[in-house]
Amino acid sequence: MTDASHLVALLTVLVLAAFVGFEVISKVPTTLHTPLMSATNAIHGVVIVGAIVVVAELFHAPVHGPALAVLAIVAVALGSINVFGGFAVTERMLQMFKRKERPK
Amino acid sequence: MTGTATAFALLDLLAIALFITGLHFLNAPPTARFGNRLAMVGMLIALVVVLVGTLNAGWWTIAIGIVAGGLIGIVAAALVKMTAMPQMVALYNGAGGGAAALVSTVELAVVHQKAAALDPVVAVSLVLSAMIGAISFAGSLVAFAKLQELMTGRPVTYPGQQGVNAIVALAIALLLAFFIARLGAVPTWEYPGLVLASLIFGVLFVLPIGGADMPVVISLLNSATGVAVAITGIELSSTLLITGGALVGASGTILTVAMSKAMNRSLTNVLFGAFGSAGGAEPAAASGAQQNVRSVSVDDVAAMLAYASKVMVVPGYGMAVAQAQHSVKALADQLEKRGVTVLYAIHPVAGRMPGHMNVLLAEANVPYEALLDLDDANAQFPTTDVSLVIGANDVTNPAARNVKSSPIYGMPILDVDKAANVVVLKRSMRSGFAGIENPLYELPNCSMLFGDAKASVDALTAAVKEL
Repeated sequence: MTDASHLVALLTVLVLAAFVGFEVISKVPTTLHTPLMSATNAIHGVVIVGAIVVVAELFHAPVHGPALAVLAIVAVALGSINVFGGFAVTERMLQMFKRKERPK
Repeated sequence: MTGTATAFALLDLLAIALFITGLHFLNAPPTARFGNRLAMVGMLIALVVVLVGTLNAGWWTIAIGIVAGGLIGIVAAALVKMTAMPQMVALYNGAGGGAAALVSTVELAVVHQKAAALDPVVAVSLVLSAMIGAISFAGSLVAFAKLQELMTGRPVTYPGQQGVNAIVALAIALLLAFFIARLGAVPTWEYPGLVLASLIFGVLFVLPIGGADMPVVISLLNSATGVAVAITGIELSSTLLITGGALVGASGTILTVAMSKAMNRSLTNVLFGAFGSAGGAEPAAASGAQQNVRSVSVDDVAAMLAYASKVMVVPGYGMAVAQAQHSVKALADQLEKRGVTVLYAIHPVAGRMPGHMNVLLAEANVPYEALLDLDDANAQFPTTDVSLVIGANDVTNPAARNVKSSPIYGMPILDVDKAANVVVLKRSMRSGFAGIENPLYELPNCSMLFGDAKASVDALTAAVKEL
């Protein structure tokens, strides 16, 4: 694949995903806006995958200073906060959404 | 592609499908939890794939990062109070933006060791994701500080603000031009300069936005991090990151637009209007004459509620501040025991993030069927006996309907005044966030019950019990 067609393929994925995002989300009722926001928040935590890839690249690089390694660890940690915290908090909120009262 | 690489790519595709299906199931309360779980499984698959793929490279570094971050995230999620949810989401969002910016920074260094001249696509996407990530990171931290009340929630304005913002924006544009013009050389000062300028821009851009506009800001920042992650995906050629980021970018944009519409203001006005600053130094100064209002006692209100057939509770940020949601539910239980129908009218921008009130009432075990959105609630007000306004102000202001000179003219409001009686629970006669008087309070069918929202509601519950 040439560089140009590779870029076009990536941009195609980007645009299609954005349309899917518009379609899927426009149906969510206002009641669920907060959980929706924190769930999407957790999904952009997928950047952690990028952080891990970069750590691996750094490891294979011929030379790298400790500063870059620290930045990479922090990137993984921030991504991890985003993913785990985001999903945990969404789960906690959704547990509270109940149809009717349960007898106590 | 080798067999393993193909398998990994297919598993990533599965993770993408799970993200989309998960978001789809989030569109109805009964299936929302299932949707969240699906997205979690997708993320787990994505993590396992990348970890297996990088097993022989710096695994301890990765492990430290994941475990430390995961622990912080999960513990914070378990401890946070529901009323503090907006600032928690802001923090997680800032973490994501910061991660995107750092990934791009490290990637830039790695790419440079391989080749002196940068591939233009990689270089531009690197620098864009670093900039947007840095803006989102800094902006989220300021939003957090405002919501946590580490600093004033009111818009921060100063003379020459537009000029300062313009200079920073110009600096970013110039640095970007230099960066692109010198792609062949090793970037020394342009890149750090861009990241620094973006951080400053993130701070400056959230500073003049007031607390009541936070629902818009938080969803906008969420969207921005999504875009940063998608661009990071382009630089790393990862469809997983592109898809995940684009989904969030798109959904965040929808929410942002929905919130602006609910306030009948353009996004530009929300971001740059410094709404609610009331001319800067003197916020919410009572401009006109003293309003003539009728103050009532707890017992009067209790009797009114107890003998009503339909009561509409209208919660606002004041309910969140007073942590009154459980007390409200207790009062509703007492009323329902007496055969009173209790419903809740939720304005789209009540609170500090989209859907804030719904989450608080859900925490207090209020069934979600009792929560009405703007249109449904307004259809019910004419047949409602009592509108009980708890800590909401601007979203009930009838001036939005007919006073053309009012700053909130045209904003869709809850027609609480159409009910037979209106009772407003309020701490004092201070005006709402927008700093404007609410003529609702002077209407003949409106009475005021002054005091802390939680204390007032508790007193009402006790009084209803005695009747």
